[in-house]
Amino acid sequence: MKQVFSRPESLKDIQTHFCPGCHHGSVHRLAAEAMDEFGVRGETIGVASVGCSVFLYGYFDVDVIEAPHGRAPAVATGAKRARPDRIVFSYQGDGDLAAIGTAEIIHAANRGEDITVIFVNNTTYGMTGGQMAPTTMVGQKTSTSPYGRDHSKDGYPIRMAELLAQLEGVGFSARVAVNSPKNVMQAKKLMKTAFRYQVEKKGFAFIEVLAACPTNWGMNPLAANQRVGDEMVPYFPLGVYRNTANL
Amino acid sequence: MPHIVIDEARCKGCGLCTIACPKKLVALSDSPNSMGFTVAVFSDASQCTGCTLCAEMCPDVAITVFK
Ligand SMILES: Cc1ncc(C[n+]2csc(CCOP(=O)(O)OP(=O)(O)O)c2C)c(N)n1
Ligand code: SF4
Ligand code: SF4
Ligand code: SF4
Repeated sequence: MKQVFSRPESLKDIQTHFCPGCHHGSVHRLAAEAMDEFGVRGETIGVASVGCSVFLYGYFDVDVIEAPHGRAPAVATGAKRARPDRIVFSYQGDGDLAAIGTAEIIHAANRGEDITVIFVNNTTYGMTGGQMAPTTMVGQKTSTSPYGRDHSKDGYPIRMAELLAQLEGVGFSARVAVNSPKNVMQAKKLMKTAFRYQVEKKGFAFIEVLAACPTNWGMNPLAANQRVGDEMVPYFPLGVYRNTANL
Repeated sequence: MPHIVIDEARCKGCGLCTIACPKKLVALSDSPNSMGFTVAVFSDASQCTGCTLCAEMCPDVAITVFK
């Protein structure tokens, strides 16, 4: 009898603070599996952002720098330029990356920094109580859009994977989801590609993960998981939007 | 025989594993763990194929699979 599924070594064996059914846990595991796959646990530097994933440094068994809100790609740029021999990744929510940190992500991507960016899109600001984010769906009720997002005033949800794929500096840009076993398997594969880009020095890699935030969506975990497929995937299509090295 | 082990202490009772198992071998119980979450339970090891899909869906890495 062989153990065919167990916790990746790069993920510490401790209880997370995430709510039941929060997809941050799944994204952490997939990222840790990618680090295990390339054997880079001892040479990886993570850059945590501000949001529910802020405790990254407690969960990954790698060195982690905590960046100010939205600034993780700038901090990761510094870390990678100072230590080009290290694998550097940032891990950011949609409030962090697509709102307060828009300038940092666009310019890090446009400069083609050799970093990996993991972007968790749960259509809301999770940590602070579910405010509207640039990724909030039209009509979605949040604590700052109590009547639902109104596109005439608030615009439409921003598609970061497609947007960054337009930039010459970007090597890899993809969107995945973790709401079904099939999507998890695809997410696992593309998460590895996002790290492979850096391992093989092929340039900036971006992976967006559609994620559930049951707590701020006011849904139970199964309903929130279902919403990802029913409402998010049709607007935020899964796929690879740029893959210059064909990895 | 392929089987899974659910770490009760880590399980948050989200139920995502229950929709993943093609054989419906995982279900939520009524029994709470020390955190108060009603944990997932595995039944009928004779039917488990060790496919790992339940474990792949678990956001809390609470499931280990043996084959
Ligand atoms: C400069 C600054 N502004 C505002 C905040 C408050 N704040 C903390 S977390 C957060 C939003 C995080 O949302 P998101 O990036 O979507 O991550 P999630 O919690 O959903 O994973 C905000 C606005 C802060 N910590 N620092
Ligand atoms: S508030 Fe939302 S994003 Fe934060 S841990 Fe809970 S479910 Fe996850
Ligand atoms: S390993 Fe596969 S068959 Fe066995 S309980 Fe899990 S999902 Fe079901
Ligand atoms: S998916 Fe994991 S945490 Fe959720 S009920 Fe199943 S074993 Fe428990």
